[in-house]
Amino acid sequence: MSSAIQIDIDRVAKLARIALTAEERAMFSSQLGSVLHHIEQLSKVDVTGVEPSAHAFAVHNVWGEDVAGPALPVTEALRNAPAQREHMIVVPKVVE
Amino acid sequence: MSTELFHQPITALSAALEGKRLTAVELMQAVIARTKAVEPRVRAFNSSDEADALAQAAASDARRAAGTSLGVLDGIPIGFKDVIAVTGQPLTASSKMLANFVSPYDATVTQKLKRAGAVIWGRLNCDEFAMGSSTENSAFHTTGNPWDVTRVPGGSSGGSAAALAAGEAIATLGSDTGGSIRQPAALCGVVGLKPTYGLVSRFGLIAYASSLDQIGPFARTVEDAAIVLQAIAGHDERDSTSFNAAVPDYRSELGKRRGPWKLGIPKEYFAEGLSPEIGAAVEKAIAYYQAQGCEVKEVSLPHTQYCLDTYYIIATAEASSNLARFDGIRYGHRSAKAKDIVDLYFQSRAEGFGAEVKRRIILGTYVLSSGYYDAYYLRAQKVRTLIRQDFLNAYQEVDALITPTSPIPAFKIGEKSDPLAMYLCDIYTIGVNLAGLPAISVPCGFTSGHLPIGFQLIGQPFQEANLLAVAHAYEQGHDWKTKYPSL
Repeated sequence: MSSAIQIDIDRVAKLARIALTAEERAMFSSQLGSVLHHIEQLSKVDVTGVEPSAHAFAVHNVWGEDVAGPALPVTEALRNAPAQREHMIVVPKVVE
Repeated sequence: MSTELFHQPITALSAALEGKRLTAVELMQAVIARTKAVEPRVRAFNSSDEADALAQAAASDARRAAGTSLGVLDGIPIGFKDVIAVTGQPLTASSKMLANFVSPYDATVTQKLKRAGAVIWGRLNCDEFAMGSSTENSAFHTTGNPWDVTRVPGGSSGGSAAALAAGEAIATLGSDTGGSIRQPAALCGVVGLKPTYGLVSRFGLIAYASSLDQIGPFARTVEDAAIVLQAIAGHDERDSTSFNAAVPDYRSELGKRRGPWKLGIPKEYFAEGLSPEIGAAVEKAIAYYQAQGCEVKEVSLPHTQYCLDTYYIIATAEASSNLARFDGIRYGHRSAKAKDIVDLYFQSRAEGFGAEVKRRIILGTYVLSSGYYDAYYLRAQKVRTLIRQDFLNAYQEVDALITPTSPIPAFKIGEKSDPLAMYLCDIYTIGVNLAGLPAISVPCGFTSGHLPIGFQLIGQPFQEANLLAVAHAYEQGHDWKTKYPSL
């Protein structure tokens, strides 16, 4: 059970947009290595000719009429914004 | 048999309300008093609003006085797992990320329960973003199991199970992605129902793994679970995976469907790792069904050993995508120390998410990343097809399956530090989510240490009426529901 798989934790954390501490990097590398080692047993399953399931039941796109309905008032829509000004969400400068 | 109001099932309380022997305000006051008395030890709630609950109860009494009662749930206090939106109330997912979030709208289930007259009572603790099996992953506090507060209530909907078992609510809602309703129900000695995927709208539920998540009730009795399911089930155009079909009258069907049924025992679910005491209690439940004339036969679900791995690939992949929205921009935690916009994402997510959530996002990101997608995610989706086919094959021979809900009873807080050991708690429940099936955990005894045991019945897709009837038949012959923890 212990022959863990090495993963490039820095690359994956970057893709996930999460800054990790040194302790977290070491801990997650080791724990995820063990989990991935466990997951390796899926390679034993013969999946030849088996269709993948994204859902348990066939799910199809659902179309709706494009009709304007009641919407949240601006103040409600913005009540959870971390920073706002003049009905807009404030973010750090994006363009130099 | 307790005579305390807060221990009674919906059916008894509803009859008392209808018979003018009880008011909704009196009931709500009894539940509030009970909550004040036990909450310091149970710690099931993230937030509650007494004034709001009493106002809802007063409105219910006014409806009854005017002869415009909304039915069996009018005036019944129902607690919500803190992942289901209630307008104007906090919604945290037990995460620092949403510590200050106030919901601007109602989930569909919230709207439906309000229309049924239920009193929406409190937001209940859970594992952060519903990821875990013990509620220890909550960013706020650990919930105690009412039967032994040094032990976990299970998870992720641990607060929902504990609050109900402790008499802090009359019924509660949870969500179940891999066993998060059924496992805590088993560990706390209450009924927990995970409906068929698509029966209950997910609109307004904070998403963990969208192809697996489903909202369902915790209740004292199977009949109570049927009543709550009745109120929340049904098509919703705001959830594109919502199933569009008529919903039967689950409560009246309970009395009509009397079996006998053909029950299947999946041999893979009684293997290594199962506590002997739990195994024996489930065997007794099986023997009861046999004595009632049910045919019981062994069946095989040959891909069972692959459920856990399949689940952890699919669930984490979906979680990594769903939780990408928490970036510190429009709502949720925003880091104060970010240098620029990209750093804002990294720091806000680093500060806002706890360890298990980070672990699952990273695992999910990895299995979806370039070069690994086919080996992990696509393969898991194919194995998911095989797992589902196993169940459908079994249903050629039997009406429902009977298994343990959890391999072990409630364990000590802090006992399981290894993620993989924690994941094994869900070994009997995750296959159901992968296959989209309905399943219910029903109390069936206690360990020698007085910890509750539950067994799981797994039904056929959208056959909740049958599933509930099978569960009800067992419950009618046993009195576990009249046992309460001494708090």
